Amino acid sequence: MKPFTTLTGTTVALDRANIDTDQIIPKQFLKRIERTGFGEFLFWDWMRHDDGTVNEEFELNKPYAKGASILLARRNFGSGSSREHAPWALEDFGFRVVVAPSYADIFYNNCFKNGMLPIHLSEEQVEELFQREAKHRPYQLTADLNTCTLSDGHGFSAKFEVEPFRRHCLLNGLDDIGLTLEHESKITAYETAHGIGV
Amino acid sequence: MSAAAKPRTLFEKIWDAHVVHAQEGRQTILYIDLQLVHEVTSAQAFEGLRLAGRKVRRPERTIATADHNVPTTDRSLPIADPISKQQIDTLRNNCQEFGITHYDMGDVRQGIVHVIGPELGYTQPGMTIVCGDSHTSTHGAFGALAFGIGTSEVEHVLATQTLLQYKPKTLELRTDGKLGRGVTAKDLVLYLIGQITTDGGTGYCLEFTGEALKGLTMENRMTICNMSIEAGARAGMIAPDQTTFDYLKGRPFAPAGAAWDKAVAYWKTLPTDPGAKYDKSLVFQAADIAPQVTWGTNPGQVAAITAKIPRPGDFSDPTDQKTTAQSLEYMGLAGGEPITDLKLDRVFIGSCTNARIEDLRAAAEVAKGKKVSGHVQAMVVPGSGQVKVQAESEGLDKIFKEAGFDWREAGCSMCLAMNPDKLAPGERCASTSNRNFEGRQGKGGRTHLVSPAMAAAAAVAGHFVDVRDWE
Ligand code: SF4
Repeated sequence: MKPFTTLTGTTVALDRANIDTDQIIPKQFLKRIERTGFGEFLFWDWMRHDDGTVNEEFELNKPYAKGASILLARRNFGSGSSREHAPWALEDFGFRVVVAPSYADIFYNNCFKNGMLPIHLSEEQVEELFQREAKHRPYQLTADLNTCTLSDGHGFSAKFEVEPFRRHCLLNGLDDIGLTLEHESKITAYETAHGIGV
Repeated sequence: MSAAAKPRTLFEKIWDAHVVHAQEGRQTILYIDLQLVHEVTSAQAFEGLRLAGRKVRRPERTIATADHNVPTTDRSLPIADPISKQQIDTLRNNCQEFGITHYDMGDVRQGIVHVIGPELGYTQPGMTIVCGDSHTSTHGAFGALAFGIGTSEVEHVLATQTLLQYKPKTLELRTDGKLGRGVTAKDLVLYLIGQITTDGGTGYCLEFTGEALKGLTMENRMTICNMSIEAGARAGMIAPDQTTFDYLKGRPFAPAGAAWDKAVAYWKTLPTDPGAKYDKSLVFQAADIAPQVTWGTNPGQVAAITAKIPRPGDFSDPTDQKTTAQSLEYMGLAGGEPITDLKLDRVFIGSCTNARIEDLRAAAEVAKGKKVSGHVQAMVVPGSGQVKVQAESEGLDKIFKEAGFDWREAGCSMCLAMNPDKLAPGERCASTSNRNFEGRQGKGGRTHLVSPAMAAAAAVAGHFVDVRDWE
């Protein structure tokens, strides 16, 4: 897994709550059997009109959003389906950081498995970021996982919280399976005690 | 009193029994009893194993079936979509290579993964169950801890038979009193989601309790637990009781003989102890619940059939106002119209929420001797091959066909429209599935979630009707 330490990048704001994983990556793109290449399908139905032409109104298509790596959204981001294709698509498109007041559990968890940082801030802080983004396009933010701060270099700076072990794994790009297998003797002991596989 | 005798909730008992290694400040390594696998979220996990040169630790603890992509029309024809076919073939090959039991198309036991697990007796009380699918919460109806996971975690379970988990908090949703006539488990769970909202359960494992749950069949309980995820909770559970045991007895993969008695004795110890504390408890009244219809683009945007569609101004929170305006626009609604005025183009009876035998019986009872309205196209998709066989042996297929419904093969079908069953832009559909997200049933399609009886009544009437007034 790619480690995440610190990132300065352009922020694009999606002023919507409950953005579900069906929107992030619609089902017709879940038929692929690879992990890569999902970026071109990100927000498919919002990116283009019914006739296939580019929807210039959609935030990700605006000139100021070019090269964006930080996504700002409202509450309950990533709800719905467990599809890991959602973080795969966001990451493949270029996003490494999402900032929102809250996330759906499975999506939140999936981000960490893919070297992405989902940042929780309060509704008020997120509102402040929406206002700043609207005023200073393209809007740059810096997410620093070493110090757990999100800042814009123009007076906005907020601390965020990440579970210490998740932070450790993300900073070092550690592989979960490898970590668990360090405790393989405990798994075997559990199975023996429960008569599994005997 | 010893520490071990401290009263515990159902969740805590199952959690405690599966801790392989509790790590200070880290996720717990939790043993997983059963993993269910389907074609959409597994290919990359098997590929990961191959790349790392890893094996499946306990192949006998994973079962697989193809459900999302399978056509629900004539199965003797080849699958038209080559990419769907590739995904289904990949699952078959992976299962062969790694030694995993696979219920393939053509096997009567094939079906939606959350229908076949219980039906075959794999799903049992006290188990930890995972699947790369958010509706794994369904299996919590048996008093199991069951939740959806991502593909990286599918790979983790295949390789280690464990999962890394932070312990969720517990939320009790208690419903006092009995559900009224014509009010079903689907209405109950939609109502609860409307009350606590789509992220009210985030970070929690739900336990549904109260008198309203007592008399419910396993099918009904599965409908409720299925939709826990729509309240943001990864898992929802209901304590096992005699109904649970009666359902499981004699199923192919349920314990038998002496092992059965031993299992039941253990299962009886699982319900939450008197005096055990949940992190949070909320109480609702069954008498307040009418048949429900969703009007928006998330399952929390729901109202009683007797209500009018809300307007953005009915909400005080600015985000809610904005969300409501966006949802109404997508749904082609102005706000303020009576729900019973909404005219329908399509009706879908199916999905892991409501495609079990009882759901089909409930819909057939309403449709019997009636005709689907001239402007409605309606279909019934059984949840599994076995549900289909059972329904046909009861003559339900005839009732549906005579009424003008399409009778299909088992699969997810128009729940997510990954196969050819989908809505055209602007079409309005009454659906017994679990998600009314934008485009879920086809780009531009407008989904209203309801119970099977409400869906059947709407198909006949051509618009929503209150099933309580149905004769
Ligand atoms: S029926 Fe629908 S919700 Fe259930 S597993 Fe299939 S696609 Fe998912």
